[in-house]
Amino acid sequence: MNVFPAHHYLNDGYGIKSWLLTRDHKRIALLYLAAITFFFFIGGAFAVVMRIDLATPAGDLVSDDTYNELFTMHGIVMVFFFLIPAIPAVLGNFLVPLMIGAKDLAFPKLNLLSWYIYIVGGFFTLHAIVTGGVDTGWTMYAPLSTQFSTTRVIPAALGIFITGFSSILTALNFIVTIHRMRAPGLSWFRLPLFLWATYATSVITVLGTPVIAVTVLLVAAERVFHFGFFNPAIGGDPVLFQHLFWFYSHPAVYIMVLPAMGVISELVAAFCRKPVFGYSFVAFASLGIAVLGFLVWGHHLFVAGQSVYASLIFSMLSFMVAIPSAVKVFNWTATMYKGSISWQTPLLYAGGFIGLFTIGGLTGLFLAAIGLDVHLTDTYFVVAHFHYIMVGGTIMGYLGGLHYWWPKISGRLYPEGLAKVAAVIIFVGFNLTFFPQFIVGYLGMPRRYHAYPPEFQVLNVLSSAGASILGFGYLLPMVYLAWSLRYGKVAGSNPFGATGLEWTTTSPPPTENFAVTPIVTSGPYQYPSPGEKHVA
Amino acid sequence: MAGRVDALYFFLLAVSGFFGLLIAGLVVYFAIKYRRRHPNAVGAQVAGGMMLEIGWTVLPFLITLIIFFWGANIYFAMSRPPDETLNIYVVGKQWMWKIQHTDGTREINELHVPVGRAVRLIMTSEDVLHDFSIPAFRVKADVIPGRYTQIWFEATKPGRYHLFCAEYCGTRHSGMTGQIVVMDAADYQTWLSGGAPEGSLASAGEKLFAELACNTCHRPDSRGRGPVLAGIFGRPVQLQNGEAVPADEQYLRESILQPSAKVTAGYQPVMPAFQGIVTEEQLLALIEYVKSLSTPQQQALPARPDPTAPRPGETR
Repeated sequence: MNVFPAHHYLNDGYGIKSWLLTRDHKRIALLYLAAITFFFFIGGAFAVVMRIDLATPAGDLVSDDTYNELFTMHGIVMVFFFLIPAIPAVLGNFLVPLMIGAKDLAFPKLNLLSWYIYIVGGFFTLHAIVTGGVDTGWTMYAPLSTQFSTTRVIPAALGIFITGFSSILTALNFIVTIHRMRAPGLSWFRLPLFLWATYATSVITVLGTPVIAVTVLLVAAERVFHFGFFNPAIGGDPVLFQHLFWFYSHPAVYIMVLPAMGVISELVAAFCRKPVFGYSFVAFASLGIAVLGFLVWGHHLFVAGQSVYASLIFSMLSFMVAIPSAVKVFNWTATMYKGSISWQTPLLYAGGFIGLFTIGGLTGLFLAAIGLDVHLTDTYFVVAHFHYIMVGGTIMGYLGGLHYWWPKISGRLYPEGLAKVAAVIIFVGFNLTFFPQFIVGYLGMPRRYHAYPPEFQVLNVLSSAGASILGFGYLLPMVYLAWSLRYGKVAGSNPFGATGLEWTTTSPPPTENFAVTPIVTSGPYQYPSPGEKHVA
Repeated sequence: MAGRVDALYFFLLAVSGFFGLLIAGLVVYFAIKYRRRHPNAVGAQVAGGMMLEIGWTVLPFLITLIIFFWGANIYFAMSRPPDETLNIYVVGKQWMWKIQHTDGTREINELHVPVGRAVRLIMTSEDVLHDFSIPAFRVKADVIPGRYTQIWFEATKPGRYHLFCAEYCGTRHSGMTGQIVVMDAADYQTWLSGGAPEGSLASAGEKLFAELACNTCHRPDSRGRGPVLAGIFGRPVQLQNGEAVPADEQYLRESILQPSAKVTAGYQPVMPAFQGIVTEEQLLALIEYVKSLSTPQQQALPARPDPTAPRPGETR
């Protein structure tokens, strides 16, 4: 039977100081886990109120202003305080050193500082919420945000500004760590694909985040000093804001989804017990997405008065960025061919990811086609599309990864049956919530509408019903993962029979990760030649 | 236009359906066929296949090329109105749509148009960004303070259609809606003759032109301190710096609000700026007046016979 190790990172000090002043990447990962879970449920609560309100066309639960604040804060909290940090800051922090055979990240104190910066940014945002909220939309378009809104724009902008530094420092830490601290023998093309994805994400973060920082500072400065960057009456340009905003915020979509793709590569390999099909294509697809992702921001401006020729180029480039994503989906599917497939919870999430991300990606083609985007943009079609990518993609990847590495994190197994049920509930609830939104969007319902024409009600009620199922689904892992911390079966160091350095150390790992620095002699996902082969 | 947009939409649905079902089908098929039958079993160690990789890179690329050209083609048609259009001005403000017909009729949150005639909307905003969206016609465009944007459409069936503001604009965003009323030519004529006691938009502009004393410098002969405005609309204007820019609505707007930005060659930058002095609607009247100087009987619209009382419910 599996034995719980006597010494591990969780029992290396018990006091509050041993957590709040820790420099152990694994403990910092758990600090992040607690913080982002908190923000996830805050952002989720906003969504719940919105969906209840939208169950009737008149929207009679909350006022116009309250509704506007709800979707604004749902967006800000979910994007900046959950989706962007979720996989890198929790799973990335925990796994990067373990996967490369290192004792910690390159800059452990900087890592702790990143968490504190995140918390300070979070406080600014919470402060904006409790002192009246923000109503500009998470996109903060000028001149509404700069000249007209009377809500708490500045604290919210500062929250985003500050949190950005947390992302930048974490990304910097990962880049240096992956470059400098790989175990002997662990060459670039022996890295697990999760690390390629994390690396690509970190590059985007370091290059892109300063732009959003400058952009929100311009908004704050314009509100205070009336410089007029975005005010046409004194020579500014409101559309300039959109260029600056999307120059970061489109790549930010890849900051959210690339790490999830990395997780999926690990899950598919582990539960098919097979190398990922086309390893180098999947790795370079991550880098391709990182580069091309910076060149497509203009597709958010097809109806914003952008020149026809600029729109054509952005449309073309947007189709190009779809190709590496498609390549990844094909490769994951091909990985299953002749695999030894075990449908445990993490693979259910991976399957869910492939389904939802495929729908999200394909509907992206609708939006990249300019003539069609004119009709679809700013409708619920767009809302559905990006939720399929960011919720269907990122959260499925995050939950899949959290389940897969939970035995490593906690040393214990979660109840498999309940976890499978939760995964199915989330998948069903998600589709019921967001699929009707594609239809209602095509029928013309604009997004950010507090009240809507009655003919859209049926689809909205379906969506709200789905949201209640989805919300319930999200609560389940909270409960049983917490339960497993105490009552779960002892996991042992490698409960899934997976490859990867993280599975060679104990669960939970010791503070220094490895008793002896491992030496790597082969590529990733090398399963021992089958003595017991499956019968095809 | 709606038909062309829908055709691309259904083509994309078919492509998506094919690939979605292909992936889902393969995942389910592999899931069953290659399910783990022994706890220690491992998969076949297949690492990849170059031909497959090339295939599933090139094939999606070719398909996206088709979609790109198709979508771009529709977009070109959308962004190029025909030569002969019925021009209507739109001003958005928090939270209403103000419509200004060239014959002087004004409407709020309702736009009456004749069936079977290309209609071009020239739009701007008094405050924040808005977006004039008519889902039934598959058109929308942002309405932006400080500049003109346009859409055009040709309604094919009489009826009432939704008008939405599609760019989030603050508190009553979801209340910034209205109706497009498409009428038979005859009904439209009847409707038109029901309003506008003040005369055409161009004549309002002419009055304003005199009130603001524009006519002291912009004289009909070439002896004024400013350029002659007759016939300039739509023609290239030679600037001091040697550039030539077309005298479109955007140029006229800028030349009224910020005259020193693009000064016509041969003239001194002496005109005062009217930024903050004229409203968006006055600006439109002035522009319409300048346009009317170019082609005296350009509008095929019949002149209004005689102004009667405002229609009930109309706000002015």
